[in-house]
Amino acid sequence: MADGDFSLDVIERAPGGVSRREFLKFCTGVAATLGLSASAGIKMAQAAISAARPPVIWLSGQECTGCSETLLRSTHPTLEYLILDAISLDYHETLSAPAGHQAEAAKNASIAANEGKFVLVIEGAIPIKDNGIYCKIAGKTMLDHVKETAEKAAAVIAIGSCASWGGVPSTPPNPTGATGAPEVLKDKTVVTIPGCPPNPYNFLATVLQFITFGTLPELDKKGRPKFAYGRLVHENCERRAHFDAGRFALEFGDEGHRQGWCLYKLGCKGPETYANCPTQLFGDAGSASWPVGTGHPCIGCTEKGIVFEKPIHALAELKTVTPPTAYPRVTEPKGEGLSAGAAALTGAAIGALAGGAAVVAAKLGSDEDAEG
Amino acid sequence: MTMNRRDFLRVAVSGGALSVAGAPPAEAAREAKPMPPDAVGMLYDSTLCIGCKACVSACREANGLGPVNEANPGWNDGTWDTPLDLSAKTFNVIKAYRHGTMAKKDRKENGFAFVKRHCLHCVDPSCVSACPVSAMQKDPKTGIVSYDPDACIGCRYCVYSCPFNIPRFDYSAAYGKIGKCEFCRHLQVDGKTPACCDVCPTGASLFGRVDDLRAEAKRRLALKPGDVTTFPRGNLSGSRAFGKEGGEQAAKMQSPHDAPAGTYLNGLYGEKELGGTQVHYLSGVPFEKLGLPTDVPDRGYASVSEGIQHTLYKGMIAPVVLLGGLAALAFRATRDSDGEDKK
Amino acid sequence: MTTHKPVGGRLLTGPFAILLVLVAVMAVILVQRFALGLGAVTNMNDGYPFGIWVVIDMVIGTGFGCGGFALALLVYILNKGEYHPLMRPALLAGLFGYTLGGMSIVVDLGRYLNVYNLFLPWQMQPNSVMFEVALCVMAYIIVLFIEFLPTLLEKTESEGLRNLLKKSMFFFIALGVLLPTMHQSSLGTLLVILGHQVSPLWQTQALPALYLLSAILMGYAVVVFEGILAATTFRRPFEGEILGKLSGVIFWMLLVYLVIRFGDLVMRGALGGLMTDPVNGIMFVIENLLYVVPVLILVIPANRRSPRMLFLAALSLLAAGSVYRIDSYLVGYHPGNGWTYYPSVTEILVTVGIFSLEVVLYLIFVKKLPVLHSRTQA
Repeated sequence: MADGDFSLDVIERAPGGVSRREFLKFCTGVAATLGLSASAGIKMAQAAISAARPPVIWLSGQECTGCSETLLRSTHPTLEYLILDAISLDYHETLSAPAGHQAEAAKNASIAANEGKFVLVIEGAIPIKDNGIYCKIAGKTMLDHVKETAEKAAAVIAIGSCASWGGVPSTPPNPTGATGAPEVLKDKTVVTIPGCPPNPYNFLATVLQFITFGTLPELDKKGRPKFAYGRLVHENCERRAHFDAGRFALEFGDEGHRQGWCLYKLGCKGPETYANCPTQLFGDAGSASWPVGTGHPCIGCTEKGIVFEKPIHALAELKTVTPPTAYPRVTEPKGEGLSAGAAALTGAAIGALAGGAAVVAAKLGSDEDAEG
Repeated sequence: MTMNRRDFLRVAVSGGALSVAGAPPAEAAREAKPMPPDAVGMLYDSTLCIGCKACVSACREANGLGPVNEANPGWNDGTWDTPLDLSAKTFNVIKAYRHGTMAKKDRKENGFAFVKRHCLHCVDPSCVSACPVSAMQKDPKTGIVSYDPDACIGCRYCVYSCPFNIPRFDYSAAYGKIGKCEFCRHLQVDGKTPACCDVCPTGASLFGRVDDLRAEAKRRLALKPGDVTTFPRGNLSGSRAFGKEGGEQAAKMQSPHDAPAGTYLNGLYGEKELGGTQVHYLSGVPFEKLGLPTDVPDRGYASVSEGIQHTLYKGMIAPVVLLGGLAALAFRATRDSDGEDKK
Repeated sequence: MTTHKPVGGRLLTGPFAILLVLVAVMAVILVQRFALGLGAVTNMNDGYPFGIWVVIDMVIGTGFGCGGFALALLVYILNKGEYHPLMRPALLAGLFGYTLGGMSIVVDLGRYLNVYNLFLPWQMQPNSVMFEVALCVMAYIIVLFIEFLPTLLEKTESEGLRNLLKKSMFFFIALGVLLPTMHQSSLGTLLVILGHQVSPLWQTQALPALYLLSAILMGYAVVVFEGILAATTFRRPFEGEILGKLSGVIFWMLLVYLVIRFGDLVMRGALGGLMTDPVNGIMFVIENLLYVVPVLILVIPANRRSPRMLFLAALSLLAAGSVYRIDSYLVGYHPGNGWTYYPSVTEILVTVGIFSLEVVLYLIFVKKLPVLHSRTQA
């Protein structure tokens, strides 16, 4: 469908309680998150309001519901718009109206009806120890739920650090064998949106891209969308200039901390954490509304092996320092060498001396000859 | 040919004149100087350095030096504070060893490594021996090599003689002076830590008493590479530079951090080189790659130079004796020539 | 009584005017140096803090000025009175060589106003070779002036002062031998502290001996050179006999020098350094060829009586001494760390100006004062 086919009528029909203007703003905003053009945003708007809303099954394992919470607090769009108009959230333990067998039945019905078409979202870790008995829903282990559902899903998205690699439940000694979805679903492409909690817009952007284009964003080795996790926090950090200038807060509340200096020395994990926090921010509360912006060092919540494992005060290991070429080499060429003028002058001086000497020598020779 | 007493004396004295100035015995070096009793120093661990240059900017601030804008072909047009090397207005500098793809830090092949260059505060410093007017002095207790611009005549013999190429003269000023690291001695008076070590986020630059630093370096060298260990930051020996008083409290303030131990290729630089230095280096690449001379004797060149001078002059006794002999001969010669004139 | 006479003649000749222009150019550059700093007119840097103002003007310039010292050693200490006629011009050349060498050091000093610290006992640093050189050179300039004073006083009537000078002259002559012995050897010792920064081809503990010998050799060579040059330019008879005898002294000293130089190199096994750095190797060969040429010339006794051969031998020896000094101070000096140095145009012009000034002053003095010996002319 060409951009021109989009009619005002469609928009009028659109959103429950959302004005046309706000709705378009949301769609183009999401497109921008993905690095797409405004026209793609309009396409998204169309897709979002089309009659057949894509069904979404949301499974919850070992989790704290923080990921759902963060979604609840996104304002563009609001959650009710998302789940009532944009998608068809057919199963979500926290948000579903039905409970117990009814909910389970609705889920199974949706899976059966939308086989190969629905999006599976996994929140929370999946315990696999002792055949996954440490997390059961409706008498079935989470492990089985995930495996069975994923087989029929069009796309699988793991939201949050727990679903991405195990998160908090997987920290040693990990008694339940908590595992991330990519580990359990080794033969499927699992988009991971790590973070504790993750940024809702990274999730929404991924979902809407899938709804609109039927494709998934480009992923890195850990299954994370590159548009959101392609760069280190350190690279876009608003305090980066202080790092480069060597201005560090040395302890909480000291002069440097109050001045907003770099938090690296307080243990900020920005230099080894891939996430778009400094550019996307959190909570829609305006500038500086992200951990480092508020004066707390980044804890590396999107990175396995850092958050929940490395002490918060421990120093980050710089993933990419400023490239080595940006430093003077051990031996830099310095000083002025031979210039043309100096060479000419040296030649002239030596020549004059040699010439003078030759003249004298010749004269002495002729004198000698004359005498002889 | 007969030789009378006069002729003999003449030959003896002139021979003496030449031998006084002539080749001294090969072992003319004076005794090496010992480490001062309360020597303070630094330990720079290249494997810990992240190249943040905090030390460079802190040094500028602590010593009242302005930014230096040098064009670095290829990446900087001279707008940033980018000293290419030490200068009269840059007392420390972070440089990078680069090789091949520069893919990994602290690796010789296809890797890179940082090095922080500044005065090493030699135990037997050439600059102090070279300076004709005592403008360069080594503190007998702390061993800090300091510079006094009010005494300096600007002959730059210290620049010429330093085996580490450290003291720098300001050629751009009409009446320039030498600039070099003095361990922030103006801060130490107040019990503060030198700025570069105080600000270093990883403890790559660590200040402290030399014996403490050497023990810490030995500890690191004994570790298995990759084993997580605790690295102190700031001042290893407590905030008092001149003693261990209050060390424990200060050590608490300077929170250490845990990190995997680096792969130290070589031993500790600064223990023996040129009679030892008070700044020590640990690194993952060979020291000569970091610009530190390794093919050097275990004694300072000053001991050789001063040894020759002392052998030749023997406390000015030799020249005075020689002068006496010369004067006697000249006296006879002038008397003779007077006689000749009268003829 | 006296056998010295002014040469007389017109002062402002063509070459003299050219020299004056060169001196004026130097003056302009020096104004710039004091207003804007050393960096404005020189290429000196922190790798090469000693440029040609030190190495050529001072280290070589005072080498050229060693004529008075070397002759005094012969005339007064070894009591070879026959060389006495050469003494005055040699002293004059020494006086200018040293005074201007000293002057160029003051120009080169970065903090020249602090020079008084050299005389404050609590600032003196006797372990410093530089300190010794500085004081010795300053003292020697004064001694040279006193030694030359009789020439100036000949025209005056102050009989008393002349007598006092005559009586005390032996002491100044002794000092005039001692001081250069000390500081010319120390100019070599000065390099010892540079350690590995100076190539093993030049870095040796024999530096003081080599520098002293090469200074005396340069001194004798200057006397010969000057004697011949004065004879040709002022159309004066050639002091063939004395210069011939002097060249015999030169010959033997030169052999001693070469034995020490190469004996030391072989003993230290340093000749391998010839191969490691081509520039060092080439300069080393040039330097020592220049030392060998006079040996080859003077080994034939007939050549010692030929003005042309003597002139060439002296010239070669002066060049050899100069190249040796440049080699050990600059060419063989490797500060590493990426430094390069070649003097700037203005820097060279100052050195040229200093030497021009030396010749200008020499010409004025020789033409106006009884400096040159006129025995055979009379």
